[in-house]
Amino acid sequence: MKRHRSPIGSSALGAIEMAKSLLIISRQAPWSGPGAREALDIALAGGAFDLPLGVLFLDDGVFQLQAAQQPGQLQQKNLAANLQALPMFGVDELFVSSVSLAERGMDAGNLSLAAQPLDEAELSALVDRYDQVITL
Amino acid sequence: MKFAIAVFSPAHAPSSRRALLFAQAALAGGHEIVRLFFYQDGVHSASGNIVTPQDEQDVPAQWREFVTQHGLDAVVCIAAALRRGVLDEQEAQRYQRTAVNLPAPWELSGLGQLHEAAQVADRLVCFGGN
Repeated sequence: MKRHRSPIGSSALGAIEMAKSLLIISRQAPWSGPGAREALDIALAGGAFDLPLGVLFLDDGVFQLQAAQQPGQLQQKNLAANLQALPMFGVDELFVSSVSLAERGMDAGNLSLAAQPLDEAELSALVDRYDQVITL
Repeated sequence: MKFAIAVFSPAHAPSSRRALLFAQAALAGGHEIVRLFFYQDGVHSASGNIVTPQDEQDVPAQWREFVTQHGLDAVVCIAAALRRGVLDEQEAQRYQRTAVNLPAPWELSGLGQLHEAAQVADRLVCFGGN
């Protein structure tokens, strides 16, 4: 039973009138493996289809927003340039946990990407607001 | 209810087996599974090359049997799979690799399939995220 898929796997997406919103919760540090990049790829793919998306950086995921990183020292690619693509893909609902930032000694005013800091109560309200949630 | 189920963990992780049990319970309860989508290390849960010790649950085989039995739409993310060496015949040929370890009924496709499933489903349920 072979199904026929369009090359980009998007056959039904064009026909959706009232798209469901999706919140992607990214919890991995950029140097901890492909997790952070793969979370970002979900956001970029969804942005390419004009879907209503948000991205929340939580726990070690906030390290993705640390400015002036030098991943080349670890023979790794720089995720920052890919993160900058989010607004270009129409993904501008970007949030960051202020508690996660504080726990790691990071300052919300000095991030590589403009993400709105939210406290714990606001995080609950945020998750409630989206139709679907992916955590990875 | 229509469920989309995303699996992010390999077959040896408890969450892959939990996802399978959830999927079985969903169908048994009269619900519909619009798509299974295996991403990140979840692509290993679809591998046909895993050899499980005899006294342990053969989760990849159970997944295959479940998907085949119910004719489910079961997608493995192609980018995540290539990165982790989970290849079907076509990709093994394309990249000149000796091993083919993604048997039917799994299909390789892109992240658009995850978004489409999330749009069609009433609930997207994820297993094995960090």
